Amino acid sequence: MALVVGIDVGGTFTDLIAVGEGETRLAKVPTTVENQAFGVLAAIEAAGIALADVTAIVHGTTATTNALLERKIAKVGLITTKGFRDVLELGRRTRPKPYGLIGHFEPLIPRELRLEADERVDADGEVVCPLDEAGVATAADTLIAAGCEAIVIHFLHSYRNPAHEARAAAIVRTRWPAGHVTAGHEILSEYREYERGVTAAVNAAIQPVLHRYIDRLRGELAARGFTRDLLVMQGNGGTVAAGIVTETAVNTVMSGPASGVMAASRVAEAAGFPNVITYDMGGTSSDVGLILGGLPSLSAELELEYAMPIHVPMVDVHTIGAGGGSIAFRNEAGLLQVGPESAGAAPGPIAYGRGGTRPTITDANLVLGRLNPTGLLAVGKPVPVEHVRGIIEAEVGKPLGLDVEAAAAAILRIANDRMAGAIRMVSLAKGHDPRDFALFAFGGAGPLHAVALARELGIPKVLIPARPGITNALGCIVADLRHDFVRTLNRPLPSLDEAEARGIMDAQVAEGRALIAREGVPIEGIRVVHRADMQFQGQSHMLSVDLADIALTREGLSEAFAAAYWRRFEVELAELRPVLVNLHTAVIGIRPPVALDRLIGEGDSIEGASTGRRAVWFDGGFVDTPVYAREKLPRGARFEGPAILEQLDATTVVEPGNQVEIDRFGNLIVTV
Amino acid sequence: MSNLDPVTLVVIKNGLQQVCNEMDLAFCRAAFSPVISEAMDRSDGIYHRDSGDLIAQGDLGLPIFVGTMQFSTQAVIARAKDIRPGDVFIVNDPYLGGTHLMDVRFVKPFFYQGKLFAWLANTGHWPDIGGMVPGGFSANATEVEQEGLRLPPVKLYKEGRLDEEILSIILSNIRIADQRIGDIKAQAAALSIGEKRLTALIDRYGPGTVDAAVAELRARASQQMRAKIATIPDGTWVGEAFVDSDGVVDEPLRIALSIEKRGEEMTFDLSGSSPPCQGPMNSVIATTRSSIYLAIKHIFPEVPINAGTFEPLHVIDPKGTFLYAEYPRPVSGCAAEVSQRIAEAVFAALTPALPDKLFAAPAGTSGNLALGGVDPARGRAYVMYVISGGGYGGSMAGDGISNGCSTIGISKTTPIEVMEQYYPVLFDEVSLNEGSGGAGKTRGGFGLNYAITLRRGEARASMVMDHGRFGPQGALGGGDGGLNRVHVTRDGVSYTPPHLSKDQDIRIKAGDRIRVSTPGGGGFGDPRLREAALVARDVARGYYTPAEAAARFGVVLTALGEVDQAATSAARDRLAAAGKPA
Repeated sequence: MALVVGIDVGGTFTDLIAVGEGETRLAKVPTTVENQAFGVLAAIEAAGIALADVTAIVHGTTATTNALLERKIAKVGLITTKGFRDVLELGRRTRPKPYGLIGHFEPLIPRELRLEADERVDADGEVVCPLDEAGVATAADTLIAAGCEAIVIHFLHSYRNPAHEARAAAIVRTRWPAGHVTAGHEILSEYREYERGVTAAVNAAIQPVLHRYIDRLRGELAARGFTRDLLVMQGNGGTVAAGIVTETAVNTVMSGPASGVMAASRVAEAAGFPNVITYDMGGTSSDVGLILGGLPSLSAELELEYAMPIHVPMVDVHTIGAGGGSIAFRNEAGLLQVGPESAGAAPGPIAYGRGGTRPTITDANLVLGRLNPTGLLAVGKPVPVEHVRGIIEAEVGKPLGLDVEAAAAAILRIANDRMAGAIRMVSLAKGHDPRDFALFAFGGAGPLHAVALARELGIPKVLIPARPGITNALGCIVADLRHDFVRTLNRPLPSLDEAEARGIMDAQVAEGRALIAREGVPIEGIRVVHRADMQFQGQSHMLSVDLADIALTREGLSEAFAAAYWRRFEVELAELRPVLVNLHTAVIGIRPPVALDRLIGEGDSIEGASTGRRAVWFDGGFVDTPVYAREKLPRGARFEGPAILEQLDATTVVEPGNQVEIDRFGNLIVTV
Repeated sequence: MSNLDPVTLVVIKNGLQQVCNEMDLAFCRAAFSPVISEAMDRSDGIYHRDSGDLIAQGDLGLPIFVGTMQFSTQAVIARAKDIRPGDVFIVNDPYLGGTHLMDVRFVKPFFYQGKLFAWLANTGHWPDIGGMVPGGFSANATEVEQEGLRLPPVKLYKEGRLDEEILSIILSNIRIADQRIGDIKAQAAALSIGEKRLTALIDRYGPGTVDAAVAELRARASQQMRAKIATIPDGTWVGEAFVDSDGVVDEPLRIALSIEKRGEEMTFDLSGSSPPCQGPMNSVIATTRSSIYLAIKHIFPEVPINAGTFEPLHVIDPKGTFLYAEYPRPVSGCAAEVSQRIAEAVFAALTPALPDKLFAAPAGTSGNLALGGVDPARGRAYVMYVISGGGYGGSMAGDGISNGCSTIGISKTTPIEVMEQYYPVLFDEVSLNEGSGGAGKTRGGFGLNYAITLRRGEARASMVMDHGRFGPQGALGGGDGGLNRVHVTRDGVSYTPPHLSKDQDIRIKAGDRIRVSTPGGGGFGDPRLREAALVARDVARGYYTPAEAAARFGVVLTALGEVDQAATSAARDRLAAAGKPA
């Protein structure tokens, strides 16, 4: 019995999925906020798993993301180029919002722990001022004496010539063998001093946190007899062996949303949908991702919060401030507004009975019969539907001259309109038309809204996976090992040294292969993906160009860029010179495949899955609607909406006229 | 037929907003000029077919364009003849509802089923528009003709075809013309995207319903703004602000603002301000009005922007002052600098009225520095622009942020690592301007210092900045923020511009150095009320010296940097007796 176990820690629940031959096990236990390891162990226990049977555990943790957002980070010191210690505090001259001149910003490294050393390299990589090695040693001693837990070395233009930075890091490591030392170019060899510096500072700030956490978890697992591979999810949608994860701790940030998109890409591709928009709707916010040709789209420009850019490649997930807990109210202009304010998990929607008093999206779903009042997860004291109706009527209905159902329907329509608009902007910003995609909806609330969103966006097909509520855990077990590299060249194509570019790519591949060898995790093969960031000279935005079928020559790059530019902007600019800015390489160690067809049970017939009927509001009136138990619907079943499909952690709404099919994996495919 | 239920109204509102946001996005992503693509110095909107009034404006546009584009759209409507689908007018005339010449508008009639339904317009800041200095920010111009090419509304596109003759006139009169074709195509393409999306919206809801929604949304925005104004106590609120000089005559220019607030309306009277000036610090009326709208939007950010928002705000034409510039007064400083002083006067006037909403003055200068020359190593001419931020004012919410963007902008700094790739310069320093945050119960944020050394060849530097003579104002007893300073070192000899913050054609050569320090924000509230431990922390961080802590906050520290409680109370009493709010 060989099990692969995926465990994802979310804000409220820790989810587990274990897959072996012909067997799937699931568990959902409360997240243990203080030390996530306890929840992880509890999940293993709840699933009745004997660790001796497990070949690999793949773990998605929010430990690092939370540490950053809550600023429970390590004390970090900085050694930087003389004259530039304030770069990390001055930022890129921004304010939190376009309007309003009040805001707050605290750099990750306080000013008294930011020291300087004499050295300077110019934009061509030439040394203008030699490195003051004694100065570096003195600065390191000062920072260590001040109690720093990690030190960052960040020098200007180190992406072009890392010699000074590497030498300084070596000096510090020699003096402080047990310490955490991050040299900027080791994390990100890309230009832009603020972004590279903050990325390095983030890495340093969470390294000790992640180190302690993983150490403890490995210890606990070892004590229970687990001797096989422990892998950790990264924000790039790949995994990394626990033994080396701390070196690039920054890569674990935002791994939760990434694993959800990763699972979506595997499930959707197997189901025959290579191009997918993912929509993960939770209680306070929703995450939108794009999958093209079976591959999640990546970005290296995440801003985790105001003025905290993290520029390592990550699955490109955009967060929209709309979730089940978004509050509906009449604003000062007399217009109905939904969100961005949220009732969150506490007090939560009125229906949760935990003291919520303002109408939310979840409450509107309840009033309209879309949610089953007795089937809500995480409810405190049960609240009668009449109470919820009363508040919606008073707060939304009366002021707008609507009856209670019309008011609840208005809340949903405005919420859906806003979410659809945000999804459109996300896809357009990447140059795609949402109508060319299928919508993959998951998370607790995604399946409630998916069909309405797809209709609004003109998306023809909706896919609801077998287990919408544990998609992130599934992402853990389907993810491959992955290491990303980027190097800035910034050369106009006419003066590009083709051999140099090929040399960089070869070196990046070699580095990735070496890392995978160090990890010692079984793989079935290695896949390499190269991309280039390009722009026209004088431009500042870049386009990412796939180099899969491109000869790495001046002509090949030029043609590929012109084609990509046309696809994106429908503008042809033959008169201008293209520039090769960055070369990206992903080295992917392919892990053995996991069977996806046993994730949910099935019954014999559609009738057998029926659990009754209830009145559900669709487009102006209540419709008597059949309700089914999702896990009893047989594979291959087809029927027409309306319908409500219920399962433990999600409810799917199918509108009248929709065609529904259960595919061979147990996914719901809805034709809108 | 109109079918306007409350839900459809909101959905159309969001739909119109989305059309504008998509235009913003398309313009910014495809543009060449870093001023547009990085600094986001552009804006897109939809305007009424007859009145030219603003219907909706993109969320991502530059704040100074709040409301201004409706004035230039109105100027196009007044002059346009024989309008056809596919036409695009180009205009940058400051006196026809404009700002400065570098802000070039494209205005396009939008037809639905063959009938004019609305106008789409956008503005982009071009990196050069000709004139006596590269980049357009002349400090010494005395006529608009010296500031660059002035375009009345002319059709750059005729029924979808680019007019090559007009294009060639434009390209023959500006610097670095070869990249402008990319910006022109991007600017026009953004309007085409708006056209497609607006058509789809009207297809869905019908022209009658969309028209009705536009009228209703205008009324609602007005209602919302009135509700906000009602929270300000009735009365006359006065504020003032000073521009260092006009760049030609070395005398301060005064902005004198009196706001008459009654019920749900406000009237802004600037008539006591200085007369028109010789140099380029005159403001055209469109910019003067926009500056007031922008300041109000900073105070009430949640109010949407459409023509209704401005209805309860009455601005008396300040004829006879430098805030009502007429041809041929030079105006290059109006959008970037004077606008921010007008906003500062609005903030100063309203802070006592709404102390929990407002803040002490922000740094409030764009800090334009242009360096033009020829790089002998590359044999190429270049123009390098640096704009910079400064500290924001303290407020009840806390200390001001450091190195925030100008009041009228949302642009990010260009990284040093990018600047040094393109231009023959080396930055010696980018540091926090210590001591520049104005003292207060909550202090101002800090400006920055930067220094540039020219590595090769020769160059000319020009600058239009402000707050070199008067620091950003403190509020409710807080101290002023630190001053803007410029020092040029030529052959080892130091040179300070006579007008402090404005100068033109400073010749430098390899090895010479320019150092700029930008203003900090004003302090908010009495500095003696600032928690002493926070002052000690600020000293530990090097934000202030121990001497500054004592003189400006009345906080005395021990040799170990801890608060000396007894000495601190005595010092604070002495400050009180001296009646000196730092």
